[in-house]
Amino acid sequence: MADKISVRIDGEYVAAQQGQTILEVARAGGKFIPTLCWLENLSPVGGCRLCIVEVSGVGRLLPACTTPAQDGMSVTTNSEKLTQYRRMALEFLFSERNHQCAVCVSNNHCELQSMAQRLGVTNVRYPYSFPKMRVDASHERYVLDHNRCILCTRCVRVCAEVEGARVWDVSGRGIHSLIVSDMNRPWGDSKTCTSCGKCVEVCPTGALAEKGFGVEEMVKRDRKVRRLAGRRGGHV
Amino acid sequence: MKKVRVATIWLDGCAGCHMSVLDIDEAILNVARRAEMVYGPLVDAHEFPKQVDVTLVEGGVSSQEDLEKIRTVRQRSRLVVSLGDCAVTGNISAMRNQTPTRKLLERIYVEGADVMRVVPSDGVPALLRHAVPVHEFVKVDLHVPGCPPSAKAIAFVLEELFEGRVPDLRSKVKFG
Repeated sequence: MADKISVRIDGEYVAAQQGQTILEVARAGGKFIPTLCWLENLSPVGGCRLCIVEVSGVGRLLPACTTPAQDGMSVTTNSEKLTQYRRMALEFLFSERNHQCAVCVSNNHCELQSMAQRLGVTNVRYPYSFPKMRVDASHERYVLDHNRCILCTRCVRVCAEVEGARVWDVSGRGIHSLIVSDMNRPWGDSKTCTSCGKCVEVCPTGALAEKGFGVEEMVKRDRKVRRLAGRRGGHV
Repeated sequence: MKKVRVATIWLDGCAGCHMSVLDIDEAILNVARRAEMVYGPLVDAHEFPKQVDVTLVEGGVSSQEDLEKIRTVRQRSRLVVSLGDCAVTGNISAMRNQTPTRKLLERIYVEGADVMRVVPSDGVPALLRHAVPVHEFVKVDLHVPGCPPSAKAIAFVLEELFEGRVPDLRSKVKFG
């Protein structure tokens, strides 16, 4: 049996098990910690920086989804400072690519959009970079629009960990990072893609969508994918 | 009671936000009671007045003319409100930003035209390199996103401003 530990979350003592992350412990205790790149039963990467929390005695903010809870740890999940940094992280995501919500297939069904609403982000304080991004529509059923991508890598992980096809990967570094299929070949030419559509269902924005849908029409259903992901043993 | 002097201005947008202002149903009675509309596409004034309490700005800043207008607006208004996604984020007006302006104009007025294949230059303002949100040029006091912002949100914003409060827009508005 896993070792029991005790963690303080926002001042309350919570019982947890060794190996659980701060996010898992806090969520089990009914706390809300915003997340975007995290998806239940996929391995966490701590990329979006929305789930940052304060840990007593640690000088910097830590992502809750990748930080293991430790016995005696004292965690703050919500504060003025955290709200400020979470908003900032979200605004950077908006400023980095071209997110025109009004004309997006995922308008009103988008996790980035609803997160902005939830965190009270009504404008982006940083200059937009307006990058020129490609749209890969070479696949017969799906389309990848880099304009809407937030590089959460859910598609990369679901393809590798659940489907086992490993079509997706990230090329480049920093702001030049790009989701690519196979060895940066058009998605439609992919020899490894099984056209299962899991990447589309877990994509939090309109970056991956099914063809034939208009503005506001793309509703993602990731419940089955999350359940499938839960059945595999351990993280890859 | 002294009436609040309200102006609206239309930069690079589609007029949808102004439509949404007109769509506030019975709340418009309260606006009529509390406010005096001193300038805007809905009002017959030619010059932007000297002293305005609240200016609602629709649209992004896209041309030299937009830039001059928004600077005048800022100088003469106590509060500047970015109304709608184009003013707040650039939105649709910023979708041209990936194409250099010269190429863009040629694509539309030369390649895309059947007759009079020439880029217009007389009497039209020069485009800025990018269409950008209002707050990249002037200080904006309140952002009301939405494409367009819902009539309910606009009515709420106006009522709060008339009462002298800063509207708390959390969970009331969204992008898109």
